[in-house]
Amino acid sequence: MPMAAEEIETMIRAAIPDAEVEITDLAGDGDHYAARVVSESFRGLPRVRQHQRVYAALEGRMGGVLHALQLTTACPQ
Amino acid sequence: MTDDARSRIDSAVKGNDVVLFMKGTPLFPQCGFSSRAVAILEHLGVEYASVDVLQDQGVRQGIKDYSDWPTIPQLYVKGEFVGGSDIMMEMYESGELGQLLQDQGVTSAH
Repeated sequence: MPMAAEEIETMIRAAIPDAEVEITDLAGDGDHYAARVVSESFRGLPRVRQHQRVYAALEGRMGGVLHALQLTTACPQ
Repeated sequence: MTDDARSRIDSAVKGNDVVLFMKGTPLFPQCGFSSRAVAILEHLGVEYASVDVLQDQGVRQGIKDYSDWPTIPQLYVKGEFVGGSDIMMEMYESGELGQLLQDQGVTSAH
């Protein structure tokens, strides 16, 4: 079953409380999303580690029920 | 992950300067993300090996634990995990991926 955008956002915020999360439903089918996650806690982390923190927040759903999530991470400017 | 799968992953990662674990083959990618990863490597004109995880269930599951990364494709350069297709795209656009390959002395395919 696909995930709702709000559910993705809620899980990311629960794990990374200061995160600014922007979810885009790319295909309008509730199954292909893009997410941009901005958090001060990413500062100094390599990109792979930043993405791993977001994937960890999704507790195993990534690559499972959530097939397509294009992910961009950044630190606040 | 079985020891067998780990040793197949290890030999692909350590035996090639650049290796892409993907769904399908560079000629016939079976997923949009894998297709994007192939396109980036082709644009960079770099010589690379590919492993089709759809042909090997042990590797398909094992590669996710290998680098604690839940999705495919996955790019490795000189034995180091670089990222999935989003990170590849970001690094390609900023020029970092080309720089990394150059710094690592990876040979061009042309």
